[in-house]
Amino acid sequence: MLAMNYRGPRRVRIDSKPYPEIKHPEDAIVRVTRSCICGSDLHLYNGNVPDTRVGSTFGHEFIGIVEEVGPEVHKLKIGDQVLVPFNIACGKCSFCQQGLYGNCHESNTEATAVGGIFGYSHTAGGFDGGQAEFVRVPYANFGPTVIPSGMDPDDAVLLTDVVPTGYQAAEMGGIQPGDTVVVFGAGPVGIMAARCSWLFGAGRVIVIDQVDYRLEFVRNYAPCEAYNFKEMDDPVVFIKKMTDWLGADVCIDAVGAEAAGSALQTITGRKLLIQAGSATALHWAINSVKKGGIVSVVGVYGPTDNLVPIGNVVNKGLTIRANQASVKRLLPRLIDHVQNGILAPKALITHRVPLEDVADAYNIFANKLDNCIKPVLIPPSARS
Amino acid sequence: METIQTLAEKYTHIRGWGIDADPKNDPTYPIKNRTDAEQRGYSWQRPTQQPIDTEVLRSIERPNVSAVFGTSVPPSGLSGQIRRFAFRFSESEYGHWLPLLLADRVNVVEGIIDDVRQGIVPNIFAEKGMLADWKYNRKNLLQQVLIGAVVTTTILTIMSRTKSPRRA
Repeated sequence: MLAMNYRGPRRVRIDSKPYPEIKHPEDAIVRVTRSCICGSDLHLYNGNVPDTRVGSTFGHEFIGIVEEVGPEVHKLKIGDQVLVPFNIACGKCSFCQQGLYGNCHESNTEATAVGGIFGYSHTAGGFDGGQAEFVRVPYANFGPTVIPSGMDPDDAVLLTDVVPTGYQAAEMGGIQPGDTVVVFGAGPVGIMAARCSWLFGAGRVIVIDQVDYRLEFVRNYAPCEAYNFKEMDDPVVFIKKMTDWLGADVCIDAVGAEAAGSALQTITGRKLLIQAGSATALHWAINSVKKGGIVSVVGVYGPTDNLVPIGNVVNKGLTIRANQASVKRLLPRLIDHVQNGILAPKALITHRVPLEDVADAYNIFANKLDNCIKPVLIPPSARS
Repeated sequence: METIQTLAEKYTHIRGWGIDADPKNDPTYPIKNRTDAEQRGYSWQRPTQQPIDTEVLRSIERPNVSAVFGTSVPPSGLSGQIRRFAFRFSESEYGHWLPLLLADRVNVVEGIIDDVRQGIVPNIFAEKGMLADWKYNRKNLLQQVLIGAVVTTTILTIMSRTKSPRRA
Protein backbone atom coordinates (compact mmCIF):
# COMPACT_ATOMS: atom_id res chain seq x y z
CA MET A 1 0.00 0.00 0.00
CA LEU A 2 1.02 3.63 -0.44
CA ALA A 3 2.08 5.46 2.70
CA MET A 4 3.90 8.62 3.66
CA ASN A 5 7.46 7.79 4.74
CA TYR A 6 9.46 10.14 7.00
CA ARG A 7 13.14 10.26 5.98
CA GLY A 8 14.46 13.05 8.20
CA PRO A 9 13.81 16.70 9.03
CA ARG A 10 11.83 18.29 6.17
CA ARG A 11 12.16 15.15 4.02
CA VAL A 12 9.18 12.91 3.37
CA ARG A 13 8.10 10.78 0.46
CA ILE A 14 5.45 8.37 -0.65
CA ASP A 15 6.49 4.72 -0.55
CA SER A 16 5.05 1.27 -0.78
CA LYS A 17 4.73 -0.24 2.70
CA PRO A 18 3.23 -3.54 3.92
CA TYR A 19 -0.53 -3.70 4.49
CA PRO A 20 -1.14 -3.27 8.26
CA GLU A 21 -1.91 -6.31 10.38
CA ILE A 22 -4.45 -6.94 13.12
CA LYS A 23 -2.16 -7.04 16.17
CA HIS A 24 -4.77 -7.08 18.91
CA PRO A 25 -8.26 -8.62 19.06
CA GLU A 26 -9.85 -5.17 19.31
CA ASP A 27 -8.01 -3.79 16.26
CA ALA A 28 -9.60 -2.74 13.00
CA ILE A 29 -7.99 -1.97 9.67
CA VAL A 30 -9.39 1.17 8.08
CA ARG A 31 -9.10 2.13 4.41
CA VAL A 32 -8.35 5.84 4.54
CA THR A 33 -10.50 8.17 2.46
CA ARG A 34 -9.30 11.54 3.80
CA SER A 35 -6.25 12.42 5.89
CA CYS A 36 -5.17 15.90 6.97
CA ILE A 37 -1.78 17.35 7.71
CA CYS A 38 -1.99 18.97 11.15
CA GLY A 39 0.02 21.93 12.41
CA SER A 40 1.44 19.60 15.04
CA ASP A 41 2.68 17.27 12.26
CA LEU A 42 5.07 20.10 11.44
CA HIS A 43 6.85 19.55 14.77
CA LEU A 44 7.56 15.99 13.59
CA TYR A 45 8.35 17.15 10.04
CA ASN A 46 10.90 19.63 11.39
CA GLY A 47 12.53 16.92 13.53
CA ASN A 48 11.61 18.53 16.85
CA VAL A 49 9.86 15.58 18.53
CA PRO A 50 12.25 13.09 20.15
CA ASP A 51 12.03 9.46 18.97
CA THR A 52 10.65 10.23 15.53
CA ARG A 53 12.09 7.31 13.63
CA VAL A 54 12.95 7.22 9.95
CA GLY A 55 10.38 5.07 8.18
CA SER A 56 7.43 6.26 10.27
CA THR A 57 4.12 7.26 8.71
CA PHE A 58 2.50 10.40 10.13
CA GLY A 59 -1.16 11.36 10.21
CA HIS A 60 -3.54 11.56 13.17
CA GLU A 61 -6.50 13.21 11.44
CA PHE A 62 -8.23 10.73 9.17
CA ILE A 63 -11.50 9.09 8.23
CA GLY A 64 -12.10 5.92 6.27
CA ILE A 65 -13.98 2.71 5.73
CA VAL A 66 -13.62 -0.33 7.98
CA GLU A 67 -11.88 -2.99 5.92
CA GLU A 68 -11.16 -5.67 8.52
CA VAL A 69 -11.92 -6.22 12.23
CA GLY A 70 -10.32 -8.26 15.00
CA PRO A 71 -12.24 -11.09 16.76
CA GLU A 72 -13.27 -8.92 19.73
CA VAL A 73 -14.61 -5.98 17.73
CA HIS A 74 -18.38 -5.88 18.17
CA LYS A 75 -19.29 -2.24 17.69
CA LEU A 76 -18.06 -1.81 14.14
CA LYS A 77 -18.57 -3.85 11.02
CA ILE A 78 -16.79 -4.05 7.72
CA GLY A 79 -17.94 -1.26 5.44
CA ASP A 80 -18.73 1.25 8.20
CA GLN A 81 -17.56 4.75 7.41
CA VAL A 82 -15.77 6.03 10.48
CA LEU A 83 -14.03 9.10 11.80
CA VAL A 84 -11.15 8.18 14.05
CA PRO A 85 -10.23 10.41 17.02
CA PHE A 86 -6.53 11.27 16.99
CA ASN A 87 -6.06 9.93 20.51
CA ILE A 88 -5.95 6.18 21.01
CA ALA A 89 -8.04 5.43 24.09
CA CYS A 90 -8.98 2.15 25.74
CA GLY A 91 -12.08 3.50 27.51
CA LYS A 92 -11.26 1.36 30.57
CA CYS A 93 -8.30 2.82 32.45
CA SER A 94 -8.89 5.25 35.28
CA PHE A 95 -8.09 8.24 33.07
CA CYS A 96 -10.49 7.18 30.33
CA GLN A 97 -13.13 6.55 33.01
CA GLN A 98 -12.79 10.19 33.96
CA GLY A 99 -13.28 11.30 30.36
CA LEU A 100 -9.60 12.05 29.88
CA TYR A 101 -9.42 10.19 26.58
CA GLY A 102 -6.33 12.12 25.54
CA ASN A 103 -4.51 10.69 28.56
CA CYS A 104 -5.18 6.96 28.20
CA HIS A 105 -2.73 4.80 30.15
CA GLU A 106 -3.13 1.67 28.02
CA SER A 107 -2.00 2.95 24.63
CA ASN A 108 1.57 4.14 25.04
CA THR A 109 4.43 2.18 26.59
CA GLU A 110 7.14 4.64 25.67
CA ALA A 111 6.02 7.72 27.61
CA THR A 112 3.62 8.20 30.49
CA ALA A 113 2.97 11.91 29.94
CA VAL A 114 1.02 11.36 26.75
CA GLY A 115 -1.41 8.70 25.57
CA GLY A 116 -1.10 6.97 22.22
CA ILE A 117 -1.57 9.13 19.14
CA PHE A 118 -1.70 7.89 15.56
CA GLY A 119 1.42 8.68 13.55
CA TYR A 120 3.02 10.87 16.16
CA SER A 121 6.45 9.37 16.88
CA HIS A 122 7.39 6.59 19.28
CA THR A 123 7.10 9.11 22.11
CA ALA A 124 3.36 8.91 21.44
CA GLY A 125 3.28 5.13 21.16
CA GLY A 126 4.92 4.27 17.85
CA PHE A 127 1.71 3.83 15.87
CA ASP A 128 1.70 4.38 12.13
CA GLY A 129 -0.65 7.13 11.04
CA GLY A 130 -3.33 7.74 8.48
CA GLN A 131 -1.35 9.45 5.73
CA ALA A 132 -1.57 6.12 3.96
CA GLU A 133 -4.05 3.94 2.11
CA PHE A 134 -4.69 1.73 5.16
CA VAL A 135 -4.11 2.07 8.88
CA ARG A 136 -4.33 -0.12 11.95
CA VAL A 137 -6.84 1.30 14.46
CA PRO A 138 -6.57 -0.12 18.03
CA TYR A 139 -9.51 -0.17 20.47
CA ALA A 140 -11.97 -0.19 17.60
CA ASN A 141 -14.88 -0.78 19.98
CA PHE A 142 -14.20 2.52 21.64
CA GLY A 143 -12.49 5.16 19.49
CA PRO A 144 -13.81 5.14 15.93
CA THR A 145 -17.22 6.75 15.48
CA VAL A 146 -19.55 5.97 12.60
CA ILE A 147 -19.97 9.08 10.46
CA PRO A 148 -23.61 10.20 10.55
CA SER A 149 -25.31 9.71 7.22
CA GLY A 150 -25.27 12.82 5.09
CA MET A 151 -22.26 14.36 6.79
CA ASP A 152 -19.73 15.77 4.34
CA PRO A 153 -16.44 13.80 4.61
CA ASP A 154 -14.52 17.09 4.71
CA ASP A 155 -16.48 18.08 7.83
CA ALA A 156 -16.01 14.60 9.31
CA VAL A 157 -12.22 14.58 8.94
CA LEU A 158 -11.94 17.86 10.81
CA LEU A 159 -13.94 16.39 13.69
CA THR A 160 -11.03 14.04 14.41
CA ASP A 161 -8.84 16.85 15.82
CA VAL A 162 -9.17 20.47 14.64
CA VAL A 163 -12.74 21.07 15.78
CA PRO A 164 -12.48 19.30 19.17
CA THR A 165 -9.09 20.89 19.91
CA GLY A 166 -10.36 24.39 19.08
CA TYR A 167 -13.54 23.78 21.03
CA GLN A 168 -11.69 22.42 24.08
CA ALA A 169 -9.31 25.40 23.96
CA ALA A 170 -12.32 27.66 24.44
CA GLU A 171 -13.91 25.30 26.97
CA MET A 172 -10.74 25.23 29.09
CA GLY A 173 -10.76 29.03 29.04
CA GLY A 174 -13.74 28.90 31.37
CA ILE A 175 -15.19 31.77 29.34
CA GLN A 176 -17.90 33.71 31.15
CA PRO A 177 -20.52 35.74 29.26
CA GLY A 178 -18.99 38.97 28.06
CA ASP A 179 -15.36 37.92 28.54
CA THR A 180 -12.61 39.15 26.26
CA VAL A 181 -10.73 36.23 24.73
CA VAL A 182 -7.39 36.57 22.94
CA VAL A 183 -6.34 33.67 20.72
CA PHE A 184 -2.69 33.46 19.73
CA GLY A 185 -2.42 31.75 16.35
CA ALA A 186 -4.63 31.86 13.27
CA GLY A 187 -3.90 28.34 12.10
CA PRO A 188 -6.80 25.87 11.82
CA VAL A 189 -6.98 25.27 15.60
CA GLY A 190 -6.73 28.98 16.44
CA ILE A 191 -9.44 29.78 13.90
CA MET A 192 -11.70 27.12 15.44
CA ALA A 193 -10.88 28.29 19.00
CA ALA A 194 -11.91 31.83 18.03
CA ARG A 195 -15.13 30.56 16.46
CA CYS A 196 -15.94 28.38 19.50
CA SER A 197 -15.20 31.15 22.01
CA TRP A 198 -18.47 32.75 20.90
CA LEU A 199 -20.32 29.51 21.69
CA PHE A 200 -19.27 29.92 25.34
CA GLY A 201 -20.52 33.51 25.48
CA ALA A 202 -17.42 35.58 24.82
CA GLY A 203 -18.07 39.30 24.48
CA ARG A 204 -15.02 40.01 22.38
CA VAL A 205 -12.64 37.74 20.47
CA ILE A 206 -9.22 38.93 19.28
CA VAL A 207 -6.80 36.82 17.21
CA ILE A 208 -3.08 37.54 16.93
CA ASP A 209 -0.87 36.08 14.17
CA GLN A 210 1.68 37.21 11.61
CA VAL A 211 0.18 35.79 8.41
CA ASP A 212 -2.11 38.29 6.73
CA TYR A 213 -4.20 35.89 4.64
CA ARG A 214 -4.98 33.80 7.73
CA LEU A 215 -5.89 36.91 9.71
CA GLU A 216 -8.22 37.92 6.90
CA PHE A 217 -9.79 34.45 6.92
CA VAL A 218 -10.40 34.33 10.68
CA ARG A 219 -11.71 37.90 10.67
CA ASN A 220 -14.51 36.74 8.38
CA TYR A 221 -14.94 33.16 9.58
CA ALA A 222 -15.04 33.49 13.37
CA PRO A 223 -15.92 36.48 13.04
CA CYS A 224 -13.55 38.49 15.21
CA GLU A 225 -10.90 41.17 15.44
CA ALA A 226 -7.56 40.03 14.03
CA TYR A 227 -4.18 41.74 14.18
CA ASN A 228 -0.70 41.14 12.82
CA PHE A 229 1.93 41.16 15.58
CA LYS A 230 4.61 42.20 13.07
CA GLU A 231 2.87 45.57 12.95
CA MET A 232 3.11 46.02 16.73
CA ASP A 233 6.03 47.14 18.86
CA ASP A 234 4.98 44.78 21.62
CA PRO A 235 1.94 42.46 21.37
CA VAL A 236 1.47 42.42 25.16
CA VAL A 237 1.27 46.22 25.39
CA PHE A 238 -1.03 46.21 22.34
CA ILE A 239 -3.44 43.83 24.09
CA LYS A 240 -3.26 45.78 27.35
CA LYS A 241 -4.21 48.95 25.46
CA MET A 242 -7.05 47.07 23.74
CA THR A 243 -8.43 45.88 27.08
CA ASP A 244 -8.49 49.09 29.13
CA TRP A 245 -4.96 48.35 30.36
CA LEU A 246 -5.93 45.33 32.48
CA GLY A 247 -5.48 42.46 30.03
CA ALA A 248 -7.79 39.85 28.54
CA ASP A 249 -9.97 37.61 30.69
CA VAL A 250 -8.82 34.53 28.80
CA CYS A 251 -5.79 33.89 26.58
CA ILE A 252 -5.48 30.83 24.38
CA ASP A 253 -2.16 29.47 23.06
CA ALA A 254 -3.09 27.82 19.78
CA VAL A 255 0.41 27.87 18.33
CA GLY A 256 2.82 25.70 20.29
CA ALA A 257 6.39 24.91 19.40
CA GLU A 258 6.62 26.57 15.98
CA ALA A 259 5.87 30.09 17.23
CA ALA A 260 7.56 33.09 15.64
CA GLY A 261 7.91 36.57 17.12
CA SER A 262 10.90 36.30 19.46
CA ALA A 263 14.44 35.82 18.19
CA LEU A 264 15.58 34.29 21.48
CA GLN A 265 12.72 31.78 21.54
CA THR A 266 13.13 30.95 17.86
CA ILE A 267 16.88 30.35 18.09
CA THR A 268 16.79 28.32 21.30
CA GLY A 269 13.52 26.50 20.61
CA ARG A 270 13.42 25.92 16.87
CA LYS A 271 16.99 26.10 15.66
CA LEU A 272 19.20 24.84 18.51
CA LEU A 273 16.49 22.66 20.14
CA ILE A 274 17.78 23.51 23.61
CA GLN A 275 14.19 24.06 24.66
CA ALA A 276 11.14 22.06 23.59
CA GLY A 277 10.07 24.47 20.87
CA SER A 278 9.60 28.21 20.79
CA ALA A 279 7.26 29.26 23.62
CA THR A 280 6.58 32.78 22.32
CA ALA A 281 2.80 32.40 22.17
CA LEU A 282 2.59 30.97 25.68
CA HIS A 283 4.87 33.72 26.95
CA TRP A 284 2.62 36.37 25.42
CA ALA A 285 -0.53 34.63 26.69
CA ILE A 286 0.73 34.65 30.29
CA ASN A 287 1.73 38.28 30.08
CA SER A 288 -1.40 39.46 28.23
CA VAL A 289 -4.04 37.91 30.46
CA LYS A 290 -5.67 39.80 33.30
CA LYS A 291 -4.67 39.12 36.92
CA GLY A 292 -6.67 36.12 38.10
CA GLY A 293 -7.31 35.19 34.47
CA ILE A 294 -7.12 31.87 32.67
CA VAL A 295 -4.57 30.71 30.10
CA SER A 296 -5.69 27.79 27.98
CA VAL A 297 -2.96 25.86 26.18
CA VAL A 298 -3.60 23.54 23.24
CA GLY A 299 -0.44 24.41 21.33
CA VAL A 300 1.83 21.37 21.28
CA TYR A 301 5.32 21.45 22.79
CA GLY A 302 8.03 18.85 23.08
CA PRO A 303 8.57 16.85 26.25
CA THR A 304 11.56 18.71 27.72
CA ASP A 305 11.53 22.29 29.03
CA ASN A 306 10.45 25.73 27.86
CA LEU A 307 11.28 29.29 28.81
CA VAL A 308 8.04 30.75 30.18
CA PRO A 309 7.53 33.48 32.80
CA ILE A 310 6.26 31.20 35.56
CA GLY A 311 6.91 33.94 38.14
CA ASN A 312 4.23 36.05 36.46
CA VAL A 313 1.82 33.12 36.63
CA VAL A 314 2.25 33.13 40.42
CA ASN A 315 2.24 36.89 40.87
CA LYS A 316 -0.83 37.37 38.68
CA GLY A 317 -2.70 34.46 40.24
CA LEU A 318 -3.34 32.77 36.92
CA THR A 319 -4.95 29.45 36.20
CA ILE A 320 -3.33 27.48 33.40
CA ARG A 321 -5.45 24.76 31.83
CA ALA A 322 -4.05 22.49 29.17
CA ASN A 323 -4.55 19.13 27.56
CA GLN A 324 -4.73 17.19 24.36
CA ALA A 325 -8.37 17.37 23.26
CA SER A 326 -10.56 14.59 24.58
CA VAL A 327 -12.09 13.97 21.17
CA LYS A 328 -14.41 11.13 22.11
CA ARG A 329 -15.94 13.12 24.98
CA LEU A 330 -16.67 16.11 22.77
CA LEU A 331 -17.84 14.34 19.61
CA PRO A 332 -21.59 14.04 20.36
CA ARG A 333 -21.88 17.78 21.01
CA LEU A 334 -19.69 18.75 18.06
CA ILE A 335 -21.44 16.43 15.61
CA ASP A 336 -24.69 18.18 16.63
CA HIS A 337 -23.10 21.56 16.05
CA VAL A 338 -21.93 20.56 12.57
CA GLN A 339 -25.24 18.96 11.64
CA ASN A 340 -27.14 22.02 12.88
CA GLY A 341 -24.93 24.35 10.88
CA ILE A 342 -23.49 26.08 13.95
CA LEU A 343 -19.97 25.01 13.00
CA ALA A 344 -18.83 24.72 9.37
CA PRO A 345 -15.36 23.18 9.57
CA LYS A 346 -14.82 22.24 5.93
CA ALA A 347 -14.42 25.92 5.04
CA LEU A 348 -10.92 25.64 6.53
CA ILE A 349 -9.80 23.20 3.86
CA THR A 350 -7.91 25.07 1.16
CA HIS A 351 -5.94 22.27 -0.50
CA ARG A 352 -7.02 18.79 -1.59
CA VAL A 353 -3.87 16.95 -2.60
CA PRO A 354 -3.33 13.40 -3.92
CA LEU A 355 -1.61 11.26 -1.27
CA GLU A 356 1.18 10.66 -3.77
CA ASP A 357 2.10 14.37 -3.58
CA VAL A 358 2.55 14.31 0.21
CA ALA A 359 6.01 15.96 0.09
CA ASP A 360 4.65 18.96 -1.82
CA ALA A 361 1.67 19.17 0.56
CA TYR A 362 3.99 19.32 3.60
CA ASN A 363 6.09 22.03 1.98
CA ILE A 364 3.01 24.07 1.04
CA PHE A 365 1.60 23.83 4.58
CA ALA A 366 4.89 24.33 6.43
CA ASN A 367 5.85 27.39 4.42
CA LYS A 368 2.29 28.74 4.11
CA LEU A 369 2.47 28.76 0.31
CA ASP A 370 -0.52 29.43 -1.93
CA ASN A 371 -2.54 30.87 1.01
CA CYS A 372 -2.77 27.41 2.57
CA ILE A 373 -4.82 26.96 5.73
CA LYS A 374 -5.57 23.23 5.81
CA PRO A 375 -4.40 20.56 3.36
CA VAL A 376 -6.16 17.23 2.98
CA LEU A 377 -4.53 14.19 1.41
CA ILE A 378 -6.73 11.93 -0.67
CA PRO A 379 -5.58 8.36 -1.44
CA PRO A 380 -6.08 6.98 -4.96
CA SER A 381 -9.01 4.72 -4.02
CA ALA A 382 -10.98 7.67 -2.65
CA ARG A 383 -10.51 9.72 -5.79
CA SER A 384 -12.27 7.40 -8.21
CA MET B 1 -16.85 4.70 46.32
CA GLU B 2 -16.24 6.82 49.39
CA THR B 3 -18.54 9.81 49.85
CA ILE B 4 -17.86 12.99 51.78
CA GLN B 5 -19.98 11.52 54.59
CA THR B 6 -18.03 8.27 54.86
CA LEU B 7 -14.76 10.13 54.65
CA ALA B 8 -15.91 12.50 57.39
CA GLU B 9 -16.53 9.51 59.65
CA LYS B 10 -13.06 8.21 58.84
CA TYR B 11 -11.41 11.50 59.80
CA THR B 12 -13.39 12.46 62.88
CA HIS B 13 -10.09 12.58 64.78
CA ILE B 14 -8.97 15.56 62.66
CA ARG B 15 -10.75 18.64 63.88
CA GLY B 16 -12.30 20.63 61.05
CA TRP B 17 -11.68 17.97 58.40
CA GLY B 18 -13.68 18.80 55.25
CA ILE B 19 -15.40 21.78 56.82
CA ASP B 20 -14.85 23.93 53.69
CA ALA B 21 -14.96 21.19 51.09
CA ASP B 22 -16.78 22.37 47.98
CA PRO B 23 -17.37 19.83 45.22
CA LYS B 24 -17.99 22.67 42.75
CA ASN B 25 -14.47 23.99 43.29
CA ASP B 26 -12.86 21.91 40.56
CA PRO B 27 -10.88 23.72 37.90
CA THR B 28 -10.81 20.58 35.77
CA TYR B 29 -14.58 20.66 35.24
CA PRO B 30 -16.02 19.80 32.69
CA ILE B 31 -12.94 18.08 31.30
CA LYS B 32 -12.66 15.53 34.04
CA ASN B 33 -15.38 13.40 35.58
CA ARG B 34 -13.93 13.02 39.04
CA THR B 35 -13.91 9.47 40.38
CA ASP B 36 -11.93 7.69 43.06
CA ALA B 37 -10.45 5.19 40.64
CA GLU B 38 -7.33 7.25 39.94
CA GLN B 39 -6.18 6.79 43.52
CA ARG B 40 -6.03 3.03 43.38
CA GLY B 41 -3.21 2.33 40.93
CA TYR B 42 -3.84 -0.24 38.23
CA SER B 43 -7.24 -1.17 39.59
CA TRP B 44 -9.12 -1.15 36.30
CA GLN B 45 -9.85 -4.26 34.31
CA ARG B 46 -7.02 -4.10 31.82
CA PRO B 47 -7.75 -4.72 28.13
CA THR B 48 -6.33 -7.87 26.53
CA GLN B 49 -2.56 -7.58 26.18
CA GLN B 50 -1.28 -7.23 22.60
CA PRO B 51 1.30 -10.02 22.07
CA ILE B 52 4.77 -8.59 22.67
CA ASP B 53 6.41 -10.07 19.59
CA THR B 54 8.66 -7.13 18.78
CA GLU B 55 11.03 -4.97 20.81
CA VAL B 56 9.11 -2.25 22.66
CA LEU B 57 11.06 0.32 24.64
CA ARG B 58 9.29 0.94 27.96
CA SER B 59 9.30 4.12 30.00
CA ILE B 60 10.71 3.32 33.45
CA GLU B 61 7.88 5.41 34.86
CA ARG B 62 5.48 2.52 34.30
CA PRO B 63 5.64 -1.09 35.47
CA ASN B 64 4.35 -2.77 32.34
CA VAL B 65 3.79 -2.64 28.60
CA SER B 66 0.54 -0.88 27.69
CA ALA B 67 -2.22 -3.18 26.46
CA VAL B 68 -1.72 -1.95 22.91
CA PHE B 69 1.41 -0.44 21.44
CA GLY B 70 2.70 0.67 18.08
CA THR B 71 5.06 -1.39 16.00
CA SER B 72 5.91 1.29 13.46
CA VAL B 73 9.72 1.13 13.50
CA PRO B 74 11.36 -1.13 16.12
CA PRO B 75 14.78 0.09 17.31
CA SER B 76 17.71 -1.09 15.22
CA GLY B 77 21.31 -0.24 14.36
CA LEU B 78 23.34 2.42 16.14
CA SER B 79 20.27 4.63 16.64
CA GLY B 80 18.55 1.67 18.29
CA GLN B 81 21.46 1.27 20.71
CA ILE B 82 21.24 4.96 21.62
CA ARG B 83 17.47 4.69 22.12
CA ARG B 84 17.91 1.66 24.41
CA PHE B 85 20.39 3.70 26.45
CA ALA B 86 17.92 6.61 26.64
CA PHE B 87 15.23 4.36 28.11
CA ARG B 88 17.40 3.74 31.18
CA PHE B 89 16.36 7.21 32.32
CA SER B 90 12.98 8.57 33.31
CA GLU B 91 11.01 11.07 31.25
CA SER B 92 12.11 13.65 33.80
CA GLU B 93 15.78 13.36 32.80
CA TYR B 94 17.70 15.01 29.98
CA GLY B 95 19.49 11.67 29.83
CA HIS B 96 16.31 10.34 28.28
CA TRP B 97 15.40 13.03 25.74
CA LEU B 98 18.77 14.26 24.48
CA PRO B 99 19.99 10.79 23.45
CA LEU B 100 16.64 10.27 21.70
CA LEU B 101 17.17 13.45 19.68
CA LEU B 102 20.72 12.29 18.88
CA ALA B 103 19.38 8.89 17.85
CA ASP B 104 16.92 10.60 15.50
CA ARG B 105 19.79 12.37 13.72
CA VAL B 106 21.87 9.18 13.50
CA ASN B 107 18.77 7.43 12.15
CA VAL B 108 18.61 9.91 9.25
CA VAL B 109 22.09 8.83 8.12
CA GLU B 110 21.10 5.17 8.60
CA GLY B 111 18.05 5.85 6.43
CA ILE B 112 20.20 7.17 3.59
CA ILE B 113 22.56 4.18 3.88
CA ASP B 114 19.58 1.81 3.81
CA ASP B 115 18.21 3.55 0.73
CA VAL B 116 21.52 3.22 -1.10
CA ARG B 117 21.80 -0.45 -0.08
CA GLN B 118 18.39 -1.05 -1.64
CA GLY B 119 19.47 0.73 -4.80
CA ILE B 120 17.42 3.84 -4.07
CA VAL B 121 19.07 7.21 -4.53
CA PRO B 122 17.10 9.59 -2.28
CA ASN B 123 15.58 12.35 -4.39
CA ILE B 124 16.15 15.14 -1.90
CA PHE B 125 14.43 17.72 -4.11
CA ALA B 126 11.25 15.65 -4.34
CA GLU B 127 11.38 14.71 -0.64
CA LYS B 128 11.56 18.37 0.29
CA GLY B 129 8.53 19.08 -1.89
CA MET B 130 10.46 21.55 -4.02
CA LEU B 131 8.00 21.16 -6.89
CA ALA B 132 5.64 23.20 -4.72
CA ASP B 133 8.36 25.83 -4.33
CA TRP B 134 8.74 25.95 -8.11
CA LYS B 135 4.99 26.41 -8.46
CA TYR B 136 4.20 28.82 -5.64
CA ASN B 137 7.49 30.23 -4.35
CA ARG B 138 9.68 30.40 -7.47
CA LYS B 139 11.41 33.69 -6.67
CA ASN B 140 12.53 32.45 -3.26
CA LEU B 141 13.61 29.09 -4.69
CA LEU B 142 15.71 30.74 -7.40
CA GLN B 143 17.20 33.06 -4.79
CA GLN B 144 18.18 30.07 -2.65
CA VAL B 145 19.67 28.22 -5.63
CA LEU B 146 21.62 31.34 -6.62
CA ILE B 147 22.97 31.86 -3.09
CA GLY B 148 23.88 28.15 -2.89
CA ALA B 149 25.68 28.33 -6.25
CA VAL B 150 27.63 31.45 -5.25
CA VAL B 151 28.65 29.95 -1.89
CA THR B 152 29.66 26.62 -3.47
CA THR B 153 31.63 28.33 -6.24
CA THR B 154 33.42 30.54 -3.72
CA ILE B 155 34.36 27.58 -1.52
CA LEU B 156 35.56 25.53 -4.52
CA THR B 157 37.60 28.46 -5.82
CA ILE B 158 39.28 29.01 -2.44
CA MET B 159 39.99 25.28 -2.09
CA SER B 160 41.47 24.99 -5.58
CA ARG B 161 43.72 28.00 -4.93
CA THR B 162 45.06 26.58 -1.70
CA LYS B 163 45.70 23.19 -3.33
CA SER B 164 47.42 24.45 -6.53
CA PRO B 165 51.29 24.65 -6.35
CA ARG B 166 52.77 28.10 -5.96
CA ARG B 167 54.52 29.50 -8.97
CA ALA B 168 58.00 30.85 -8.58
